[in-house]
Amino acid sequence: MVLTEEQQAVLDGKKGETLAKVMKTLIMYGEAFGAERMVPVTSQYGHTVISFGIGVMRPVYELYDKLLEEGAKSIQPFSADPRPLDPAVPSGFLQKLVFKIMYSQQERYEEQLKKFGIMSDDAYSCACYLPEVNNVPKRGDVLSWAESSAVVYANSVLGARCNRNSGIIELMGMIAGVVPEFGLLTDEGRKADLVVEIKTEKIPVAQLLGSAIGMKAMERVPYIKGLDKFLGTELNDDVCAYLKDFGAASASNGSVGLYHVENLTPECKDYGEKLIKEGAEVYVIDDKELERVKSGYPCIWKNPDAAPKLCFVGCPHLTLSQLIDWTEKLEKGLKESGSSKVKVPTVFTSAPAVIKEFKKTEYADRLAATGVILSYICPLMYMNNPLSKKMPVITSSNKLRTYTSAKYYDDVEILEILTKGGKR
Amino acid sequence: MKKVFKGRVITPGTVTAKALVSRGGFNTLASYQSAIMFGDKQVKCGDQNNPDLYKKPMINKAICLPETIGSTTGGMVLYTVCALGKAPACMLFSKPIDSLAASGAILAANWTDTKMPVVDSLGEEFLSYVKDEMTVTVAEDGTVTVE
Repeated sequence: MVLTEEQQAVLDGKKGETLAKVMKTLIMYGEAFGAERMVPVTSQYGHTVISFGIGVMRPVYELYDKLLEEGAKSIQPFSADPRPLDPAVPSGFLQKLVFKIMYSQQERYEEQLKKFGIMSDDAYSCACYLPEVNNVPKRGDVLSWAESSAVVYANSVLGARCNRNSGIIELMGMIAGVVPEFGLLTDEGRKADLVVEIKTEKIPVAQLLGSAIGMKAMERVPYIKGLDKFLGTELNDDVCAYLKDFGAASASNGSVGLYHVENLTPECKDYGEKLIKEGAEVYVIDDKELERVKSGYPCIWKNPDAAPKLCFVGCPHLTLSQLIDWTEKLEKGLKESGSSKVKVPTVFTSAPAVIKEFKKTEYADRLAATGVILSYICPLMYMNNPLSKKMPVITSSNKLRTYTSAKYYDDVEILEILTKGGKR
Repeated sequence: MKKVFKGRVITPGTVTAKALVSRGGFNTLASYQSAIMFGDKQVKCGDQNNPDLYKKPMINKAICLPETIGSTTGGMVLYTVCALGKAPACMLFSKPIDSLAASGAILAANWTDTKMPVVDSLGEEFLSYVKDEMTVTVAEDGTVTVE
């Protein structure tokens, strides 16, 4: 790797031993992927995936203390993934006690984030790229982000450039102000090596399509044909929400960091099929294939037929338009079933800034009237509690399904369970 | 029968350990989160989507895998596992390493005292040959012997 004079000086210890080690770590990371140089981080804001002060993760907080002691600070303000706890979310006495023990380092960690330069006390959301949260990179920006769903969105929908960095590494990139240039930062690395042909009768469920493509693609870049037939060719609010959920599922069920949707996503609009590498495998998705993928999801509930005790919607965090849409659908469904409240305790999760905007609308009271709780937490962090793990929790998030014991249903099924009851 | 494979060294070291084989992508967060959170001494795999590893102890094993998948906390999780002394003996990738696994290996090598050799690009034949409980020896230069 060829370093600039300044980068070499940092590596040589000009700014202290710890920062030299930060630079060494980033260089080794780049060298593993054949990077030839370090390039400046050009986005206005960063994003870190680590938002939780879990007691057993103390090596991470000790490392961060060490960085802070050496005067390390991010060169840019940054957002972080959602907070793990919210008293508004239903939990029993013992569950609360376990949460307190589990997240014993939360206060310490949030203090560390303040010292490193977090954007604000409200900047905690996995969907940091939503306009209300205000961390929206421009096309071509080089990012030092981590959070699989945010990285895949920034790359694919916004056209920014970011590798699937890990937690800790992303903060080191923000501190050094440079990242190694390889993979999704390069034109070649952004080319597709999997072609996906959508041949479904109706619009595929985003979370299911993402799962199917993620499992097939793993870390390849898929080029998706036939989805524009259902989504159109403009990135409006509904389409962006669809792509958010689709991307999160592809990144968690596989390790997709970038996808191209023909005639829709920015690079596809400019370059079309020139983005496809020669010899790319073709994967055809029809309704039968989606059904096959869905039926393959394991259910690890002790009693697979148990009635659900909690429902989470919003992993990744819901957009403002999704909150409004869900409110209207719930009202309609409840009216049809002659009920006034949802049949299963339900939590919708969204970014603090989105919740603030939502509360300015008439929909906030209408959603509250259905019995749904609106929260800023990370449902995954809630499910990490062993007592939560034992609960029959349902979700329309394929990411939550992947990492926890939550059972997946698509949005239509969830709506039916919430408004009509039953276990399906 | 002994078989020798040559890969690329990501983080160097030598070790001999019993193999634990994941034929599909290894989801680092899903595999480790329960074990590290609740102090499971055997570090049993918690990923219900990985039938090869689910509920099997991972500590001190030679984890043989194609690549890691899933959350970008992956590298941080690997770093933590190493810092807590719950690391696998080594990680052996049939494919070129992915960015999250590389991050975890490099963070562990630079910021902890743990020695976890990591070798990638061992080839598809390596993964189809190696089976659970076979003895795997890793040499400093990335040579992996399976018997």
